[in-house]
Amino acid sequence: MIFLTIGTQEPFDRLVKAVDGWAGAHSMPVFGQLGALKPESYRPVNFAFEQFLGADVYQEKLDACQMLVAHAGMGSIISALTRSKPILIMPRRASLGEHRNEHQLATAHKFRDRPGVHVAFEEGDVGGLIDRLLRADSTTWVSDLPHEASPELIAALRFFIHTRSRAL
Amino acid sequence: MAKPEHSTDPPAQLRRLKLLAISSTGGHWVQLLRLAPAWDGCDVTYATATEDFRARVAELAAQRGQPAPRYMLFTDANRQQKARLVRQMLEVALILLKVRPDVIITTGASAGYFAIRLGKLMGARCCWLDSIANAAELSLSGQKAGPHADLFLTQWPELARPGGPQYRGAVL
Repeated sequence: MIFLTIGTQEPFDRLVKAVDGWAGAHSMPVFGQLGALKPESYRPVNFAFEQFLGADVYQEKLDACQMLVAHAGMGSIISALTRSKPILIMPRRASLGEHRNEHQLATAHKFRDRPGVHVAFEEGDVGGLIDRLLRADSTTWVSDLPHEASPELIAALRFFIHTRSRAL
Repeated sequence: MAKPEHSTDPPAQLRRLKLLAISSTGGHWVQLLRLAPAWDGCDVTYATATEDFRARVAELAAQRGQPAPRYMLFTDANRQQKARLVRQMLEVALILLKVRPDVIITTGASAGYFAIRLGKLMGARCCWLDSIANAAELSLSGQKAGPHADLFLTQWPELARPGGPQYRGAVL
């Protein structure tokens, strides 16, 4: 199963359409979490979806899926990496009204070289990349992401918390 | 800020530090939870905009041998939803009045901004950790909240500035 997740705030028609097109031509099941859809938002015809998922169902889908397809949101990326699931991200574009600013484009550029993270910059790239990722033997890749922030950051915060002075 | 005369709280030196970890849902929250080992030993309250993670934070604390944290809620809001933002600000204020945190740590967004501005008025020490999603420039809420924080952090070394955010590592 492929788990499509695009956050909860804004629709992301370009990505949903691209995945819907791919799903129509393949037998692999897809499940989508599509966020707050507007009346005019695209609704997929080739796979089941919900707008919002509770945390438990989200975890179930995450554990059950073979790979994720997502917007370039950090929640999706970190969730995939912590479970060693390959993730294909497509950045939302503020220039197309998909987000407030272009930070997802920056995220996509920063994370494109990280093992397990793959980027489709355009909707036309989505289908081909899904095919390629499904062909790749995903069992050979195991994420080495620890379950907590970097030791340096944890130490800096611990020092801040326990140093009861304002001067740092 | 000095404790009011009628306060029955022991002074901060004689009790566990009260820490409020607060953020909106989604990526901000996923990042906040990755910081949890930093507040081992504190009296912890989490605040976010969904009931969904109440069990998760209790489980996380138990795994680390920590007492169950408190879990409080505020209304979700984005920048366009002015009425909801006002409601969220009032709810964050109520959380602060109930918890009286010594330390506030937030990854954003608007609720974190409110927590830092109001928390400073109540004498809390505050940390803003800007989301790792903001690789090219700081988040808007980070630009606004950061200068008021006692510790202002970015997760990208190239965004660190003298007198601005520092880089001290990242959530991944």
